Amino acid sequence: MTANDQQFRPGFPALRPVGLAGVLVSFSDRLEETANRAALAFRAAVEAERRDGVAETATSLASVFLRFDPDAISYDEMTDWLQGLLAERDWYAAALPEGRRLIRVPTVYGTDLAPQLEEAAAAAGMSVDDAIADLGASRVRVLTIGFAPGQPYLGRLSAQWDLPRQTALTARVPVGALVLAVRQFTLFTAPSPTGWRHVGQTAFHCFRPGAASPFALAPGDEMVFEPVSKPAFLRIADKATDGAGGAVIEEIAE
Amino acid sequence: MSGLRVHQAGPSCTVQDLGRPGYLDRGLSQGGAADRLALAEGAALLGQDAGLAALEIAGFGGVFEAECDMRIALTGAPMAAEIDGTRVAWNASHALYAGQRLGLGAVRAGSYGYLHLGGGIDAPQVLGARAVHLAAGLGQAVAAGDLLPVGRDRGGETGLHIEVEDRFAGGTLRVVEGFQTPLFSPEVRARFAATGFTRGARANRMGAAVECPGEGFAAEEQLGILSEIIVPGDIQMTGDGRPFVLLPECQTTGGYPRIGTVIPCDLPRVAQAPAGAPLRFAFVSREEALAAEARHAAHLAGLRRAPRPLVRHPGDIPDLLGYQLISGAISAHHDHHDDHGDNA
Repeated sequence: MTANDQQFRPGFPALRPVGLAGVLVSFSDRLEETANRAALAFRAAVEAERRDGVAETATSLASVFLRFDPDAISYDEMTDWLQGLLAERDWYAAALPEGRRLIRVPTVYGTDLAPQLEEAAAAAGMSVDDAIADLGASRVRVLTIGFAPGQPYLGRLSAQWDLPRQTALTARVPVGALVLAVRQFTLFTAPSPTGWRHVGQTAFHCFRPGAASPFALAPGDEMVFEPVSKPAFLRIADKATDGAGGAVIEEIAE
Repeated sequence: MSGLRVHQAGPSCTVQDLGRPGYLDRGLSQGGAADRLALAEGAALLGQDAGLAALEIAGFGGVFEAECDMRIALTGAPMAAEIDGTRVAWNASHALYAGQRLGLGAVRAGSYGYLHLGGGIDAPQVLGARAVHLAAGLGQAVAAGDLLPVGRDRGGETGLHIEVEDRFAGGTLRVVEGFQTPLFSPEVRARFAATGFTRGARANRMGAAVECPGEGFAAEEQLGILSEIIVPGDIQMTGDGRPFVLLPECQTTGGYPRIGTVIPCDLPRVAQAPAGAPLRFAFVSREEALAAEARHAAHLAGLRRAPRPLVRHPGDIPDLLGYQLISGAISAHHDHHDDHGDNA
């Protein structure tokens, strides 16, 4: 890491405890592209080491969490090891992990199925048509999976979409709802209240209990929510019984 | 397939085991029994593995009928329990013969009671576990008419009792600092540690609210914190600075700041505290916490040898001759032959 980077991120990367059996490696205290890449790449490196005593790892927006067995390895041994790994390279300059996929999901924007598109477009200072064109062409990455099983946080959208969360919650959005706030989408796994704006609707299920691959998405995967008409969407939703909602999946060549 | 038929069930009886570790990266929390110690106590009473599934009963039990001969054990929050109308002991194992009915009433202390079957509840595994995860939509609460399939029981004694630690009335919870503790000023932390709380009305398998009169416990930068990993035991301060202790079925990430984490061996005390029970939080060092965990692990390891024959008053026994009075002798025999291991 260069001295210049250090100036922009005083105190990072940071190693800090989570409960008695966790370490959090944080690359930033705000959402930024390089910190998310660093987290994804660092997690891949940690996983590759298969260190005894490490029970599981996960990424959040700009951090890597490691759960360990305190009977097998101490917190200090964990942080010594992780400090060594951190020093090996400039993780903020890391490439994205391999084995990622691009998933194109047919999406109806607006209509009664996603009633907050107009409001979101107005807040972003765009016409509805321009909003659909922009959102529908945005290639977003799974920044992290969290909150509910398989549920992705996707970003980043262009700067116009830096909309705050609503002050009042929407009481309920359905499974497959595409909602937007703070330059991110999330795609709901289960019916939920939300402070984000419901701009699109898909028939994509992020969590498919009982399926061979119950979790449809992994951090680093990319998604495009391609606009389709409401009648076309309803036909897709009707036919797609596998939870994929008509999605087309391809490997991303590195 | 045979097992235990549910004739009537309280609103939140779910099959639970030790849950599904390893899916945090996919947004699925581990889940599993709210009181893991009660799982271990039931396993000790039946001489079986603590990873077998049992029925977790929140608040109120129900009526169950054996469709084959089986062994059962009752642990966790004590409830009124009877077999064919005869009161039976809690923290104990019993024989339940085909056609016999088990009735479980309301909890008398605590929140979660457990009904264990010899051989475990052989519900289908999903993602490597049988635990129902209501928040994730994995499985559902049992309902009248359901059959709880019984696993293959290697057999063993019944009529055993186990002494348990009273964890059903609140108490002091040991807390370690975490990465967000410094977001709270030293004054707020000190006031938090000095405050007497009660468990609030809102509580489920995801977490339990704790309440106190007066000012809340706000972080210095309550808003604008990046959503970050959550672990069970985390004490998160919701928007108004009111604490919420997270339990096994919590969400996996969250944006509310956490003042610290209740250590794992004290989590049964949180889960079992009934509404209104007094609770306090005491910050301890990592070393103290690890020592407490080590003592807890030793206690768990010793549970297998803890069961003792039930001591009954003859007047409580309606059919004295129907009991296998010899079981006490067998148990005493085992006490001298512990080294032979699994002698059930």
